[in-house]
Amino acid sequence: MPKTPRMKVSDLANPNRFMRLSNWLIPLFAVIAVPLLAYGFYLGFQAPPERDQSYIFRIMFVHVPSAWLALGIYTMMTVAALGTLVWRHPLADVAQKAAAPFGAAFALICLVTGSIWGYPTWGTFWEWDGRLTSMLVLFLIYLGIISLWRAFDEPLAAAKAVAILTLVGFINIPIVKFSVDWWSGLHQKASVFRLDGPTMHPVYLYPLMTCALGFSFLFGAMLMVAMRTELARRRVRTLTIFVAQEAR
Amino acid sequence: MRLIAENLRCVRGGRELYDGLSFSAAAGEILLLTGPNGAGKTSLLRQIAGLLPLDGGALRLEGGEIADEAHFVGHAAAVKDALTVAENLAFWSTLYGRESLPLGAALERLRLQALENLPARVLSAGQKRRLALARLLTISRKLWLLDEPDAALDKEGRDTLLGILTEHRARGGIAVIASHGTLPLASASHVSLGNDADARAA
Amino acid sequence: MSRAIFAILKRDLALSFRAGGGAGIGVIFFLAVVMVVPFAIGPDQKLLSQIGPAILWSGALLASLLGLDRIFGADADDGSLDLLLLAPLPLEVIAFAKALAHWLATGLPLVLATPLLGLLLGVPLNTLGATALMLLIGTPAIAFLGLIGAALAATLPRAGMLIAVLIVPFTIPVLIFGTAATAAAISDASPFGTAFKFLCALLLFSFVIGPVAAAAALRIGRGT
Repeated sequence: MPKTPRMKVSDLANPNRFMRLSNWLIPLFAVIAVPLLAYGFYLGFQAPPERDQSYIFRIMFVHVPSAWLALGIYTMMTVAALGTLVWRHPLADVAQKAAAPFGAAFALICLVTGSIWGYPTWGTFWEWDGRLTSMLVLFLIYLGIISLWRAFDEPLAAAKAVAILTLVGFINIPIVKFSVDWWSGLHQKASVFRLDGPTMHPVYLYPLMTCALGFSFLFGAMLMVAMRTELARRRVRTLTIFVAQEAR
Repeated sequence: MRLIAENLRCVRGGRELYDGLSFSAAAGEILLLTGPNGAGKTSLLRQIAGLLPLDGGALRLEGGEIADEAHFVGHAAAVKDALTVAENLAFWSTLYGRESLPLGAALERLRLQALENLPARVLSAGQKRRLALARLLTISRKLWLLDEPDAALDKEGRDTLLGILTEHRARGGIAVIASHGTLPLASASHVSLGNDADARAA
Repeated sequence: MSRAIFAILKRDLALSFRAGGGAGIGVIFFLAVVMVVPFAIGPDQKLLSQIGPAILWSGALLASLLGLDRIFGADADDGSLDLLLLAPLPLEVIAFAKALAHWLATGLPLVLATPLLGLLLGVPLNTLGATALMLLIGTPAIAFLGLIGAALAATLPRAGMLIAVLIVPFTIPVLIFGTAATAAAISDASPFGTAFKFLCALLLFSFVIGPVAAAAALRIGRGT
């Protein structure tokens, strides 16, 4: 009986392998995400409001992870774009196409929760300061990427164009990160990802990181589901072309 | 029912394509327009359809109005890639009314029934042409105006086209067809355009 | 006849929303226009909230104009326009149905996005509703007037900006009365004053003149 060869990382490129892997990875990620989020929210509700913040501050535990995810997903998409253009990985464009709507959704959640949080404190839903604006620009870039995907009939033709667009847009990510430092405005300065280490008190930091981790696993599960859907969609497309050709 | 053309004239891009063109076609007749490219076959068809104004002469249909009784299948198939085959056909049938043959039967006659729910973008050129011809079966009109209906069709497609033309003639319909002479229609009248400067109805 | 009108509506809406149809791009463009203004003016919140409704109107107008070539462009390309011209339905009715479908797919989303974009500009909350309402009346007027440009340039390739340029003069009255009605809604108690009545009149006028002129333009253009 021939030995099954050991799996290499490059085997992940095989769509069938991916389908088999994701069969157990998706429930695993979901099972990890749910208690993480539950615990994170529980800790969040325990945390006392600081100084003059009202209780609405607890929306921070959704707002900040959403921001991190919006940036992180775009970075993942950029890596996938390199995968499409440079390494010609067959799943790269599937991953990128599947990720874009989630990135846009998290960016939108970040913007909306930020507005709700800011309103009682700032008295306005919106202010054109550096961080808010660059996050809005990121949202617009996401929408542009999604539009470009939809503009093409043939997904593989779109892949290269979208990859280039994604790479060009990556410049916005460091701008968003450092915008609070470069321009002063309403938004508070960085308190977690700093060179000196986080300045945030552990009673807020722990629920924040827990929620962030939970949301990340949630995104991972949803991404794999979306990738499977996209692969199925492409398979259906190929089949319809085949049927049309067979019918002559 | 009789289509009568008297002294038709057509000027396109400053060039006179034909003048003094007269012909007629009775029920059950096929009129074949022949001639080289640019001779005016498409223009003549479009004039009859009403898409191009007459630069001279008169056209009439004895026993009806051309606008009510004619259907035009032009060079372009008028097929939307994003709609399914069935949706494409259903739209024109609804718009033109007087549905004669049910959609399924029309698609079957043109051998497209297997593709009914597929998006039209996966169709080959020949299949799209057959979809355009399927309109003729679902929209019952007496006068068919066809611009190179056999373009992109294979042998089987041409046989199907000849089949529906024969059925149309048997029902008393008239057909005016622009062709490069690839359709074996022996009992058709001819109108030659182009280098035979005067029009002859054979 | 109503079956045929519904068929046109259904088809054009399906074509807009399926892949390659361009639905949603108008709203994204609207967002982009609204975002660009604060970059140009500077983040002066007080100034922005004062001119906010004007920015919304300009953005909605531009987004509406640039999509007009979709109304007849695709049909001219694939031969559908010939068949529409020959259909037993009056061409004016066909043009009306296509304009309505176009507005539902591109104009209505603009109206729905207006309150959110108004928040970005700091437009006062109680006036967001009024602005959206005025745009609800103004955007179909722009679409139906734009129908004329779309018909004139139906057979021209890549006519998007050309049509916008042709139609802008005719839409200026809509812009004038629309912004006036919005301003009236903000400052006075009642938004339903003179400007609003003129705006409604323009809408009804466009319902008639748009399809009639567009049908005439299509018939004249059929010679090509």
